Amino acid sequence: MAKVHGAVVIDGKRCKGCDLCVVACPTDVLLLQPKEVNDRGYHYAYAANPDKCIGCAACATVCPDACIEVYRVVERPA
Amino acid sequence: MTTEEIIQPQNKVYSRPRLLDERDTHYCPGCSHGVVHKIIAELLDEMGLENKTVGVAPVGCAVFAYNYIDVDWVEAAHGRAPAVATAASRLNPQNLVFTYQGDGDLAAIGTAETIHAANRGENIAMIFINNGIYGMTGGQMAPTTLLGMKTATTPYGRTAELNGYPLPISNILATLDGTCYVTRQAVHTPAAVRKTKAAIKKAFENALAKRGTSVVEVVSTCNSGWKLSPAKSNEWMVEHMFEKYPLGDLKTPSEEPKN
Ligand SMILES: Cc1ncc(C[n+]2csc(CCOP(=O)(O)OP(=O)(O)O)c2C)c(N)n1
Ligand code: SF4
Ligand code: SF4
Ligand code: SF4
Repeated sequence: MAKVHGAVVIDGKRCKGCDLCVVACPTDVLLLQPKEVNDRGYHYAYAANPDKCIGCAACATVCPDACIEVYRVVERPA
Repeated sequence: MTTEEIIQPQNKVYSRPRLLDERDTHYCPGCSHGVVHKIIAELLDEMGLENKTVGVAPVGCAVFAYNYIDVDWVEAAHGRAPAVATAASRLNPQNLVFTYQGDGDLAAIGTAETIHAANRGENIAMIFINNGIYGMTGGQMAPTTLLGMKTATTPYGRTAELNGYPLPISNILATLDGTCYVTRQAVHTPAAVRKTKAAIKKAFENALAKRGTSVVEVVSTCNSGWKLSPAKSNEWMVEHMFEKYPLGDLKTPSEEPKN
């Protein structure tokens, strides 16, 4: 069976910590930084469980500030 | 596979739209305006309309829309975007002209301009952000505010006796001969975002093909005005707003140009 690998790059400087990407992710990859904040004081989003990412772009699609880049690789058995 | 191996240019499936300006928006965290801006920026790029688009910005939280989407814009007086768009599209009919307006702008102070532009069948697309409140000025009641909804000017909730009923202006616009396409969408889930994108694309195509006025209402959240978190606002919208403002097409275009 083909295996899907995904990864996200989040612009933590731009992120406003709205949490909508965290809610949208179907595989619980994302969380907001519990303590750390960015220059504007927001608890920015980060990939807490990067191995679970399937590159579906749900997070990026709902992000109001366009902070998320998504990468996806489909590995097919040889 | 390591993260480094996945994060390669050839594997990129989603990135910040090219026509979205680099600067940060002034919108509150989680505001629907940002999502709709992103959709418009993507579409204008994908449709090759970067150099033949005039947006008309409203008064309201989206007053600075012209700073965020990198095409030509005119800033209209409050509610007057459809009048300004009428001139822009009649003078340069080869251009795509669209308005971007909140419910206070489109359905309160600008009601006359909205209805008459739509009734004249101006070849424009109207993007209508219905968050049921005046966001910019601090959360006062809008014509679209739901019955029972608490706002700064209806602290005990809107009542029909005192404030009248929520105004479903898109339904009114759908009855006018000048409109070719009226639809109500939302941006609270990835699937909804994709549908709204398809709807706005259709509206832009209608304007270019001179089929008349298209209206895309986006039922939206104003989490600051509603005093809920962004995620809770989406839930509240699904539970309450969609009852009065159900999603779906109110009018779909015929394929023939009208004039
Ligand atoms: C002529 C005039 N009247 C009133 C105002 C005050 N005002 C600014 S924005 C606004 C309403 C904005 O609400 P809406 O259109 O729903 O947009 P939102 O901020 O919710 O996106 C009002 C009444 C103004 N700027 N100009
Ligand atoms: S791309 Fe999909 S799986 Fe990966 S973080 Fe975003 S929503 Fe989650
Ligand atoms: S949706 Fe965007 S702005 Fe909101 S927390 Fe996620 S990355 Fe940050
Ligand atoms: S006040 Fe409401 S509409 Fe305005 S930016 Fe904030 S959340 Fe968005």
